[in-house]
Amino acid sequence: MTATLPVEAAPKEDAIRRMGSASTPPARRAGSPAADVLFAALAQGAAWLTLALLAGIIGSLIVGAAPAIREYGLSFLWRSEWDPVQERFGGLVMIYGTLATSFIALLIAVPVSFGIALFLTELSPGWLKRPLGIAIELLAAVPSIVYGMWGLLVFGPILAQFVQQPLQSAFAGTPLLGALFSGPPVGIGILSAGIILAIMIIPFIASVMRDVFEVTPTMLKESAYGLGSTTWEVVYRVVLPYTKTGVIGGIMLGLGRALGETMAVTFVIGNMNQLNSLSLFEAANSITSALANEFAEAGEGLHQASLIYLGLVLFFITFVVLSLSKLLLAQLKKGEGARS
Amino acid sequence: MSLAGFDAARLARHKARKRVNAIALMLSLAAMAFGVFWLIWILVETVRLGIGGLALATFTEMTPAPQAETGGLANAIFGSVLMVGLATFIGTPIGILAGIYLAEYGQKGWLGATTRFINDILLSAPSIVIGLFIYSVVVARFKSFSGWAGVLALSLIVIPVVIRTTENMLSLIPNALREAAYALGTPKWKVITMITLKAARAGVVTGVLLAVARIAGETAPLLFTALSNQFWTSNLGEPMASLPVTIFKFAMSPYENWQKLAWAGVFLITLGVLGLNILARVFFRNKH
Repeated sequence: MTATLPVEAAPKEDAIRRMGSASTPPARRAGSPAADVLFAALAQGAAWLTLALLAGIIGSLIVGAAPAIREYGLSFLWRSEWDPVQERFGGLVMIYGTLATSFIALLIAVPVSFGIALFLTELSPGWLKRPLGIAIELLAAVPSIVYGMWGLLVFGPILAQFVQQPLQSAFAGTPLLGALFSGPPVGIGILSAGIILAIMIIPFIASVMRDVFEVTPTMLKESAYGLGSTTWEVVYRVVLPYTKTGVIGGIMLGLGRALGETMAVTFVIGNMNQLNSLSLFEAANSITSALANEFAEAGEGLHQASLIYLGLVLFFITFVVLSLSKLLLAQLKKGEGARS
Repeated sequence: MSLAGFDAARLARHKARKRVNAIALMLSLAAMAFGVFWLIWILVETVRLGIGGLALATFTEMTPAPQAETGGLANAIFGSVLMVGLATFIGTPIGILAGIYLAEYGQKGWLGATTRFINDILLSAPSIVIGLFIYSVVVARFKSFSGWAGVLALSLIVIPVVIRTTENMLSLIPNALREAAYALGTPKWKVITMITLKAARAGVVTGVLLAVARIAGETAPLLFTALSNQFWTSNLGEPMASLPVTIFKFAMSPYENWQKLAWAGVFLITLGVLGLNILARVFFRNKH
């Protein structure tokens, strides 16, 4: 009995020691949970910071615009008077300018971008696809100040001489069109700003359209070709319906860019705070160019608050447009998963 | 007889369809030519007028007074390089960390989804609004335009770009790589920093280069943060000149010497931005 005890105890001890060594991790790993927690917290903090950034932007705009909001309320949106001397402000001229230039830009950019995307996905020979795709993407990378300066000093005079003057002489007597094309022939105004914006957003819309066109399953396209469809019919009846939401999303993305673009517009719109004619060639103003031109010089008080109010309106519009674009593009991606 | 008529109708329809197709394809070709035409026109004008305005003095002398004989862009170039460098330095770590969160931690939770959505909006939000934000948070508080305010405004533009590319690149890394590292007992932060981030390095660097290219040409957020400065300064507490703002000021002026310098500046910026973009592409392709 006494003799067997140590014999029995020995393997037990051994087992305990072995079990113990298996359940306690090696010492060098002991520090990792803390580092893990810290790293996760850092990463999460950075994500929160992004959200805080948006909240901060909206909050600071509302606080900055508060005097103007108190003074005018929503009527700011349809008051057209802008008089820093008498301290009377209304945003209609700038809001009109922003919307009109963006509308002209979309009118030009959407069909052109569609054509470019069609060319890149269906027509282009393989060896040309890459260089052309890169060229379009580089056009998107050119800083907007380059477009603006080129628009003011190179494109504007050409537009005035070869487009505006012929149009004016052709429609001089016509009531509505004559008014639309009137104004001093200097190549500055809503139309030139719209055209420059169009050139700027074509690459954005075209590359999104190209990407969504390429989402269309090859099987679907080949089936249509196999039934004898022409290239145009395949694109118009198969690819376009399939990618509809994505195409609209891409257009909205371009619209978001156009609404918020500053430099390209500021150079060529003429910076004039009056809305006294419908002419496409009359100098006008947009929200962004009013901010760029007046904000640094505006004294604190109602003038500055009104400018910030304009910024708030701009941010609100672009936020809605970009959210829509995002949701539509996400919907296409989801549908893609469901259908394939 | 009726069969021949049927055939003729079919043939006519076939021809009509072919015609529509030909017209559509022609228009598509024209659209492509239209797009490339602007790119070439803008680049040619920028190079032609830019090189005309370029001289050694552009890099060595300060921005001149109107109608002066000499003068350059030295202070503006320095200011731009300094502010872009610092903004990249501040924005990149935050962007990479948030990108890591989106790709490695928050694939499912609401925070990840929300951040992704908000980030995509910030990515194309009007940059002039960022300027307004920094104005009211920094400039109005300290009662002075400053280089720091410009740096902060630019870094807020860097962050979304870097987040986007970091997340995209990290999610391209195959999960087997992560699982292999976990199986060896590696803690998560080491898996991320030593395995996935390393594997995605080329893509992340590409993102940073694209972000630099983006802010190098940004004018709007600097207009009422860093403002501008006629003289050389390396004090970030003062208003600081930058290439884009100087170009804006000079190009809108009626003075010939200013306009000439503006063209030189535009040429330098275009060269820098397109160079960075091409570099990013080449870099990314070589590593993948």
